[in-house]
Amino acid sequence: MSGKQAAAETAAKPATGSQLISLAAAHKRNSGTPFRPELFEAMSVNLSATERRVSTLTTRRTVKKEWQAAWLVRAIECIDLTTLAGDDTPGRVERLCAKARHPLRADLVKALGLEGRRLTPGAVCVYPEMVAPAVKALEGSGVPVASVATGFPAGLTPMRDRLAEIRYAVEQGADEIDIVISRRHVLTGNWMALYDEIREMREACGEAHMKAILATGELKTLSNVYKASMVSMMAGADFVKTSTGMEGVNATLPVSLVMVRSVRDFLEATGNVCGFKPAGGIRTAKDAIAWLILMKEELGNPWLKPDLFRFGASSLLGDIERQIEHHVTGRYSSADRHGIA
Amino acid sequence: MNDISNIFDTMEYGPAPEDSKDVRAWLKAQKSGFGHFIGGAFTKPEKGATFAVATPADGEKLADVALGTAKDVDEAVAAAGKALKKWQALSCNQRARHLYALARHVQKHSRFLAVLETLDNGKTIRETRDIDIPLVARHFYHHAGWAELRDRSFPGYEAAGVCGQIIPWNFPLLMLSWKVAPALAAGCTVVLKSAEHTPLTAIAFAEICAEAGLPAGVFNLINGDAEAGSAIAGHPDITKLAFTGSTEVGRILRRQTAGSGKKLSLELGGKSPFIVFENADLDAAVEGVVDAIWFNQGEVCCAGSRALVQEGIADRFHEKLKARMEKLRVGDPLDKSMDMGAVVAPVQVEQITAKVQAGVAEGAEMWQPSWAGKFASANEGCFYPPTLFTHVSPASSLAQEEVFGPVLASMTFRTPGEAVQLANNSRYGLAASIWSQNLDEAFDTARKVKSGVVWINSTNLFDAAAGFGGYKESGYGREGGREGMMEYLVPAWQKKAKALPESEALLAPTPAPGGEGGGLDRTVKLYIGGKQARPDSGYSYPVTGKGGKHLAEVGLGNRKDIRNAVEAAHKASGWSGMTGHARAQVLYFLAENLELRAREFAERLGEAGASSHAAKREVEASVSRIMFYAAWADKYDGAVRAPASRMLSLALNEPWDVMGISCPDEAPLLAFISLVMPAISMGNRVVVTPSPTQPLAACDLYQVLDTSDVPGGVINIVTGDRDTLADTMAKHDDIAALWYFGGAKGTEMAERESAGNLKPVWANNGKARDWHDTEQGEGEEFLFRATRIKTIWTPFGV
Repeated sequence: MSGKQAAAETAAKPATGSQLISLAAAHKRNSGTPFRPELFEAMSVNLSATERRVSTLTTRRTVKKEWQAAWLVRAIECIDLTTLAGDDTPGRVERLCAKARHPLRADLVKALGLEGRRLTPGAVCVYPEMVAPAVKALEGSGVPVASVATGFPAGLTPMRDRLAEIRYAVEQGADEIDIVISRRHVLTGNWMALYDEIREMREACGEAHMKAILATGELKTLSNVYKASMVSMMAGADFVKTSTGMEGVNATLPVSLVMVRSVRDFLEATGNVCGFKPAGGIRTAKDAIAWLILMKEELGNPWLKPDLFRFGASSLLGDIERQIEHHVTGRYSSADRHGIA
Repeated sequence: MNDISNIFDTMEYGPAPEDSKDVRAWLKAQKSGFGHFIGGAFTKPEKGATFAVATPADGEKLADVALGTAKDVDEAVAAAGKALKKWQALSCNQRARHLYALARHVQKHSRFLAVLETLDNGKTIRETRDIDIPLVARHFYHHAGWAELRDRSFPGYEAAGVCGQIIPWNFPLLMLSWKVAPALAAGCTVVLKSAEHTPLTAIAFAEICAEAGLPAGVFNLINGDAEAGSAIAGHPDITKLAFTGSTEVGRILRRQTAGSGKKLSLELGGKSPFIVFENADLDAAVEGVVDAIWFNQGEVCCAGSRALVQEGIADRFHEKLKARMEKLRVGDPLDKSMDMGAVVAPVQVEQITAKVQAGVAEGAEMWQPSWAGKFASANEGCFYPPTLFTHVSPASSLAQEEVFGPVLASMTFRTPGEAVQLANNSRYGLAASIWSQNLDEAFDTARKVKSGVVWINSTNLFDAAAGFGGYKESGYGREGGREGMMEYLVPAWQKKAKALPESEALLAPTPAPGGEGGGLDRTVKLYIGGKQARPDSGYSYPVTGKGGKHLAEVGLGNRKDIRNAVEAAHKASGWSGMTGHARAQVLYFLAENLELRAREFAERLGEAGASSHAAKREVEASVSRIMFYAAWADKYDGAVRAPASRMLSLALNEPWDVMGISCPDEAPLLAFISLVMPAISMGNRVVVTPSPTQPLAACDLYQVLDTSDVPGGVINIVTGDRDTLADTMAKHDDIAALWYFGGAKGTEMAERESAGNLKPVWANNGKARDWHDTEQGEGEEFLFRATRIKTIWTPFGV
């Protein structure tokens, strides 16, 4: 199937910046658009200006006291609790799922005045073989199961197998599929091939939401990141995601800023709303706040919720728990006071 | 409702105030008010009048501060004068230790100073904490280095003496550091007047000087208003005056100090262009606007207040800008989550409001964020919302006048050439910001924009190593870097220079009887645009030589001849675009041709009164001097600095374009050559008036210039009365710099009249210069004066 044949809705009337929020508030799933190279081909991202912006994000904005606690709870809601290791077992996945049911100690939830609210992370993210145990363990919790697929992390298995892997994960009950893109198409500027590939993956996902992992650490330049992000959204990605967690450099704020701006440009140009997921290397509550500030400043409050924003992280939750306990008790906390995943 | 559940739903930021209790305790401890800092101690404020200082965020009174009088200034200057000798007697290393100590102590008190500055000025704590105070410390560190290196780096120079320094309210402590650090590094002592709105951090700095052990009297502080400022500017014992502030006050100071012999540097207003090309990274440029015009509430002399946006992307850019403006937060300056704090005082809010209203009345389209209405009432403090004007016409007040507030005027352009044309369509020339991912386009524009600082894909970047200062009515002199040090140094030989006698004005003669017929009549014309031209006046005046012998009639130039010469000089712009190498070839050829006619020129000088030995020596020296500047033509080319990683900062020596030069009577050929050659070797085109009493050697050069491939219009020679012509040149708005070498009265006149377009005047103050002496008659000082430094910042990276 070529890009031109792809069934895509006609682009909506371009939206202006101030209309972003209302569009996002009641958005439909991104259906993708026809391949429109004019939306990205001329784009050249200025690295120094990008770095300057991110270096002042957290010096221009901060949250203290109750605000910090509330924001950290929100961060928990946006975490994709993840285990993607060769030694994953059903037992390990069950433990992770148990943590997903109760990410924060009950006494802390109560102290924050949040009892009665369902507090869970965005999803549990596993390999396809681990989808079934995860689905079972999360039954009735309302926590979606996400699976990586398409020859994760390198994405260099045959296309036939990559698509089959998506279908397998969906059959096993995955609600979300994190696919990896072919970096070689980006590095050689073969945008049409990239579009076609992702389009097919999106079809294979069916009802499952698709996150397109760009592996930005391997795309190297911010202009490449922007272009790959735009092509992924045109091809129907529900989320664009920075990294597999396996590249030399994972989620960084400069890369995130560029992707977030591409989400905004895509929305402005097409009316389609996409989400963003930074993944890899986000370990501290302070990091989480920085990313939330980025989302709020560059996009707006709708991107502070799990339907449009996720953290791909495995150790972040632990630090957030400790910071929240510090907020509640005024004492610095230790990791062993919080249940591990 | 601030419970967590509620915040969790709204995801607002909440308050994040910086603690100000230490600063408030410090203020409270000075209930009786703050005095001046003179001779190492604070004066008692009870003795005289005081003024109240308030925080602009809510009008709360912070302190009473002594109001400086002329008497206070006298005392401070006396203290500075007394300290000068000992301070200069210290070694470079000892002065460096003092500057280093100041840097360390500023750092040690950094948060205190940041909070105090925020309370006093109204700017956000983010800016004082992350920008102002770190730059202050950086400035002292950098200049500790210059103090150490002074003698090695500036041989033949010495400290300018007691410096008067007047600083503005927009960056109080930062501007103090920009003034004080180079002065102390050079070996000067200082009398500084802080701004009336914001005197407090200067007072804290005075305490730091005492704490750090700076010798008494090296730094003196006067608080006060224009009265104290005027007393400083007019004080006879001050030999250098440095001012940052408005162009209007700059003009007043120029006139006030005319003829006083004071060195003067002025850092004045601006209406700096912010140029966005269609291939710019638009989001980056939008963020650049935030840093350009919403930095420090837009109270920034170099604020990018004039957006020039390529037409094809203008709508999209403005939409992005509006979306960004919606996100800006304005409010309590001590809150760590604010983008903008308070404007410095109610009077400034009124001025901004008036200028915005004028803009609306002129038909520009105003836009403010949806939340702007909350600042409608002035009772809430001195806040003004970020404001965007589109459809601004180049002639409107918004495009021409400085607002000094958070107001951006946006216009569109079609081509790079038009962008440059619009950018330069201003009396000012302080800074420019250029946004393009195409560095060909960016650099081409950077070279063509007339401004002292150019930021490519960036804006409002500062560093102690990079010179900052303006072109045109944005002032002259640089702050920072080697060029900034030059503002506080003078050639050491100058103190021994002798006064010249005042010359008498030339009068056009009426025909007189007693002429000697028979010889071939010689009536010398002017030389304009490469052609000999009759003087507009139709008058000539007689030139006499040894023993009163009539030598020739010379054209009596007037203001119209100067006008024509300036026009011719502007047409010869190709000269400035030539390479240094190409200009050097012309100069070498000129030297060659002058040498061929050396005997003839020597004879001419002999007729004028020189001994044959002296005449021969003067011609030989002139040939050598031409070669000296031919040699420099492709070598005095600026500097590369790296103030940040992945950042190139280029300090380019650019010509003034068109200069005026008044030559002295001494050494009529050599002085002419010594002044004109450095100017043209650097790419200037000149309008020059030779010695009025002995112009013939210069006039004989017409033919030499013609045969040496000097393009017409590069050197334009107008003979006549020096001061009459200098007066016209000083008043000419299309002459960018003036060198005046004549009498003391003429210096006073030239400096005073230069205030019109604020051209810098380099004058001899009626003092003699030995043009044969290579220390006095040639060298880098001439090249430094023949150029203006443009600093281009270029961040890069992939």
